[in-house]
Amino acid sequence: MSLPVAAKPALRRFHQARWDEPVIFELTAAGERGVVPSQVEPGVRDSVGDVLAGLPDGLRRTAPPALPELGQLRVLKHYLRLSQENLGADLNVDVGQGTCTMKYSPKVNDRLAAHASLLDLHPLQDPADAQGILEIIWRTQRMLAEISGMDEVGLHTQGGSAAIWTNIAMIRAWFEARGEAEQRTEVITTIFSHPSNAATAKAAGYDVITIYPDADGYPDIEAFRRALSPRTAAIMVTNPEDTGIYNPRIAEWVELAHSVGALASYDQANANGILGITRARDAGFDVCHFNLHKTFGTPHGSGGPGAGANGVAAHLAPFLPRPLVVRDEDGTFRLDDDRPLSIGKVAPFYGVVPNIVRAYAWIRALGAEGLRAVAETAVLNNNYLMARVLAIPGASAPYATGRRRIEQVRYSWQDLFTDTGITSEELGVRASDYGMHYWTSHHPYVVPQPFTLEPTESYSMAELDEYADVLAQVAREARETPDVVRTAPHNQTVHHTHHDDLDDPARWATSWRAYQRKYGSGT
Amino acid sequence: MSAPYVHPYVPNTAPEARAAMLAAVGAASVEDFYVDIPDALRLHRPLDLPPALVAEQDLVRHVSGLLDRNRPVAPGRSFLGSGTYHHHVPAVVDEVIGRSEFLTAYAGEPYEDHGRFQALFEYESLMAELLAMDVVTVPTYDSFQAASTALAMAGRITGRRTVLVVSDVLADRRSRVHDFVRSHLDLVDVPTRDGVADLTAVQAALDGGVAAIWVETPSRTGAVETALAALAEAAHAVGAVVVVSTDPICYGVLTPPSEQGADIVCGDLQSLGLHAHYGGAHGGFLAVHDDPRFVMELPSRLFGLATTDVPGEYGFGDVAYERTSFAVREEGKEWVGTAAALWGIAAGVYLALHGPRGMAELGETILARTRYAQQRLAALPGVVAGDDAVHFREFTVALPVDPADVVRRLATQGFAAGVPLDDHRLLVCVTEVNTADDIDALVAAVADALTEEHR
Repeated sequence: MSLPVAAKPALRRFHQARWDEPVIFELTAAGERGVVPSQVEPGVRDSVGDVLAGLPDGLRRTAPPALPELGQLRVLKHYLRLSQENLGADLNVDVGQGTCTMKYSPKVNDRLAAHASLLDLHPLQDPADAQGILEIIWRTQRMLAEISGMDEVGLHTQGGSAAIWTNIAMIRAWFEARGEAEQRTEVITTIFSHPSNAATAKAAGYDVITIYPDADGYPDIEAFRRALSPRTAAIMVTNPEDTGIYNPRIAEWVELAHSVGALASYDQANANGILGITRARDAGFDVCHFNLHKTFGTPHGSGGPGAGANGVAAHLAPFLPRPLVVRDEDGTFRLDDDRPLSIGKVAPFYGVVPNIVRAYAWIRALGAEGLRAVAETAVLNNNYLMARVLAIPGASAPYATGRRRIEQVRYSWQDLFTDTGITSEELGVRASDYGMHYWTSHHPYVVPQPFTLEPTESYSMAELDEYADVLAQVAREARETPDVVRTAPHNQTVHHTHHDDLDDPARWATSWRAYQRKYGSGT
Repeated sequence: MSAPYVHPYVPNTAPEARAAMLAAVGAASVEDFYVDIPDALRLHRPLDLPPALVAEQDLVRHVSGLLDRNRPVAPGRSFLGSGTYHHHVPAVVDEVIGRSEFLTAYAGEPYEDHGRFQALFEYESLMAELLAMDVVTVPTYDSFQAASTALAMAGRITGRRTVLVVSDVLADRRSRVHDFVRSHLDLVDVPTRDGVADLTAVQAALDGGVAAIWVETPSRTGAVETALAALAEAAHAVGAVVVVSTDPICYGVLTPPSEQGADIVCGDLQSLGLHAHYGGAHGGFLAVHDDPRFVMELPSRLFGLATTDVPGEYGFGDVAYERTSFAVREEGKEWVGTAAALWGIAAGVYLALHGPRGMAELGETILARTRYAQQRLAALPGVVAGDDAVHFREFTVALPVDPADVVRRLATQGFAAGVPLDDHRLLVCVTEVNTADDIDALVAAVADALTEEHR
């Protein structure tokens, strides 16, 4: 064939990397080394003798750990190959991980987070030697206070759920300080709020009441009224909910909670579409949290570290975790650890510092107008994608039919499932063959055959079109060539995986060590 | 249209795309999408934020300018520990966790994210060898959460309320654990003797109401517990669970707690390939034996090996997912969420690079230099070693003067000499980054300071 090159087909001919890389233990080559640690100096050895021989009985490890022995390049190559077998947000049109706000994490922020003055800075150095990072933490606290409308912000936690835990821990301490802890035993949440609101409340000792949506998809306010009582400690809700539906009566919910003496806690994991549009405190909330790894552009790290921010109104400020970064009148920054009502420590030191730096840089790169543009564009992208998805036969968006959504939508393939018997999970796996990913939903599946898309502000119109085209193609395959879908994936690192062993204690292999014990040296 | 510029992070701020998309959905403006938000809740002014630094050059100058005000002590001259440690980070570790594919991934399925599942399964497996336990979960937030969960698990398994705290545990960690478990468990301290658990007192305190004993080794002062086997035997005799919080970096040379009766081992990953990062790079590990009574109480995700349709292919998936809050909300064990997976990948790379010999040499170097620093400091006039325990990485010395004064004086000479614990005791941390020369320099500077202070 000669030039010109033929036009590309409509859909990308993707194939994920397939290195067929063994588990690292299988690569071991006796005697090889990946690094050599700093060795004991002769002078030290002369002084202290053989420290291993000097250990008390039983303290010295007899059999060395069965770690692999590998040269440095082989270790590097192994992990680089594994990295290529992973579809990070930098490569993906990552609109399919709804609720998780998979936006662009700017590369420049990674460099700033790895600034040489930060890597070796120890948290117990004199704060006078840490004024740069303390100022960044303090400024980030203040910017998030403005964005949420709250009075104080703490940045201690490693993730969103840890921040939600911190919210309920502060609420618990608040009622203890008022002598109402015995009375306040219940927390109310909604089914389309993140499950960690329910789960952290339970872990803190509360009974959990979950409100389901009314016929229009809004949280059922009559059910909520019936659930409220003098036993209510707090409501813990997301808004917009994981359906992308904003509860227009949210201020009324907060007032109702307050009317029985309860506090209102706002899970702002879904804040990306409302930055600069509406604020937690303006709806009356007492406490809220943000995920810096969702809304504020820090990378998701294959599942963390993220970073959480807790915003509180003044009456809850004394309960924030300690220490808090404060600015003195002379403009110096210090760590305020003298906080007698504080719930104490929630994490080591002062939070996920590299991610605080990234979030600070992200907000600074955008400013007020930029944040509003982020929100408006995320919402525009979502409604645009919704129009494209709802044009696919078999796809639907239950609840609030015909209405706009904020930043995400929980869709349903129920109609397609009824027609074809193909599940949402199977469709998602097949979509991965085109280099796309989507996630179904948290459990339980209140929306049947769910999939949750959140396009964020980061993807171009062409990319959204490409994503919708893939979903349309997969839906078409479900009708025309269902076996292709059922036997997917076809273009991935590995093929259809069998999950039965993972739920059987006699058969599961939780580590290479357990695998070898249960199955000999392999197969 | 309120954005006055096309922002490089937000492609559809381009007026052409914006107009086309609005037209495609039949919206006059983005305001159409916000009709559910009542006007009373709308913010009718711009957020009060500092001006945007849209040009990358301006952003770098500003943020770097702030960070340049930090004055980190050179790691060799820093003897600070107490929860965050200076260890050498091999370049390969940073290279791997800096890869876009790992750094920016999140929660894909085991197909398009096969690499993440394998890397984390290998992390679990490498830690499992180091700890000699079959089950290590995907990392939790940090050692504070790991210890909190380990003890909460013990409460759920035994149905009892009392936790005996038998070691000198890090105060910050204890604060977090207390607030986490206090709805379900009571922490009761059993005072230590000579830096380690008082076996007789622990035996006397054990009864049928004890859910767990909590051993921390090395302790907050670096003391290594030598009576773990006896402690575990006593705890097991009354049906209590043995929880050990520790630092994995010592198990190239020390006997892992599981071989001395530990049921749950937990701790921090920061030592295994993570920079100090001003205390902002911590991950927690949780390890148990392959016993469903324990495994089914774990809140975190746990990746296991699986077969695929193709012989010879390794697949991966979640072990016993139904125990998690992702599956069953508040009926799950505690909760699971974004935690510290990338740090787990780092720890795995670190262990794979070191291998058995590297971890053994590293452990020996730290033990030897710790002992050396302890001996040399305790040989100064008026300085006394804190106790006679075996120490790994950290130890205390009692000074004849206020240690805060010594720390201040040495700071002017480029040292971070340690953490004052009270009016007399200084907590000193020595790792492999503190060479014999660094230690000698510290000792000389402390000697000078004591001489000066005595004048």
